[in-house]
Amino acid sequence: MSDLTVSARARARRSLRPLAAIAAAAAICVAFYLALGPFWNWALYDLAGLPRGVRWSEAVHFFFFDTTKILLLLVGIIFVVRILRSFLSIERTRSILGGKREGVGNVLASGLGVVTPFCSCSAVPAFIGFVAVGVPLGVTLSFLIASPLINEVAVILLYGMFGFEIAALYIGAGLVLAIVAGFVLGKLKLERYIEPMILEAAAVAPLEAAGGMEPSWSERFDLGVEEVKTIIGKVWPYLLVGIALGAAIHGWVPQSFFTRVAGPGNPLAVPIAVVIGLPFYSNAAGTLPLIEALHAKGMAMGTSLALMMSIVALSLPEMILLRRVLKPKLLAIYVGIVASGIVAMGFMFNAVLSN
Amino acid sequence: MHSIKVLGSGCANCERLATLADKVLSDLGREERVEKVTDYAVMAKMGVMATPALAVDDQVVLAGRIPSPDALKELLAAKVTA
Repeated sequence: MSDLTVSARARARRSLRPLAAIAAAAAICVAFYLALGPFWNWALYDLAGLPRGVRWSEAVHFFFFDTTKILLLLVGIIFVVRILRSFLSIERTRSILGGKREGVGNVLASGLGVVTPFCSCSAVPAFIGFVAVGVPLGVTLSFLIASPLINEVAVILLYGMFGFEIAALYIGAGLVLAIVAGFVLGKLKLERYIEPMILEAAAVAPLEAAGGMEPSWSERFDLGVEEVKTIIGKVWPYLLVGIALGAAIHGWVPQSFFTRVAGPGNPLAVPIAVVIGLPFYSNAAGTLPLIEALHAKGMAMGTSLALMMSIVALSLPEMILLRRVLKPKLLAIYVGIVASGIVAMGFMFNAVLSN
Repeated sequence: MHSIKVLGSGCANCERLATLADKVLSDLGREERVEKVTDYAVMAKMGVMATPALAVDDQVVLAGRIPSPDALKELLAAKVTA
């Protein structure tokens, strides 16, 4: 009897341990984060003896402060997000979306697109898997639009470079875009333009993929560590260049060219930016330093973000992948609707933000 | 002999998983080698929605991530020596 309660208590303690570890790590991260400003003030101005209030030394301070701030944010948030994501899987997301109607389904799919662990190289098998179990086409497309558009790296970098307001607006705009574009595509009744190969596979596709793959807590931590290593390893050169560029632009580059051709005064700037970004693919980390530089040189915020969305969400490689499951007409309508949505978002940003 | 398949579109992660699985198999002293599957219809039939995926005797045992070498060794040892 007492043995039982002891072991039950031990089990409860063990299941709380990972949460305590996360809380402790989070506290350390926050402490570091708060100490960064004072630390670089002390290290650069007091220890290294840089003059205060001078343009170049402020740029050096900006570079060190911003680099460490963004890296710390990335490490902390990627780690936590990956652990949270390990509770979700594409299979679980599919079973949540399975019986949902359009509308509610589009909203859910967009939200799940943000949080489900998903690589765009899995777009085709995921599409087949969704459609095969009867997830509506428009709901499936909402998922596929939201997934690359909104992720923790994009949001952290936007926050680090442009502040909270822009990051929040971007998340909101991305979600609305995925929901509305998916909903409209669903209403157009385009199911006959799905490649028939899909429907043949659907007949034999098992409802649930291999179960029993639920990771343990130590595996979740490993996943988090692995994700941090992978993403930071990929992202750091872009980041350093981007922040160095930002630091340089901070004081020296005058607003000129882009204010004239892509400033708030030119109504064609947004659609042109979207068309230019369309064929290219890069992730948020590779794109944002460029976006920050363009914005600093006078490109309007909405135009800059529309260019980024167009690069991240639509690309030639992605279209080639999707062509395997979508007939050309459906593919063209998909690209047209998403691109129009991004243009609308660009105009909205430009209207809301008075640079 | 068991059939060991890595399913995926041929992206970098699929190559990494295939290489890792081959190495683990030879570490385990097994003769099997990984067969790469890039046909989406086959993936659909096996219920794979996240790549890279690993299947032993056409049973998906892992999907959407690359495990650590130790975890993969444990997983494959349990499947191929059973």
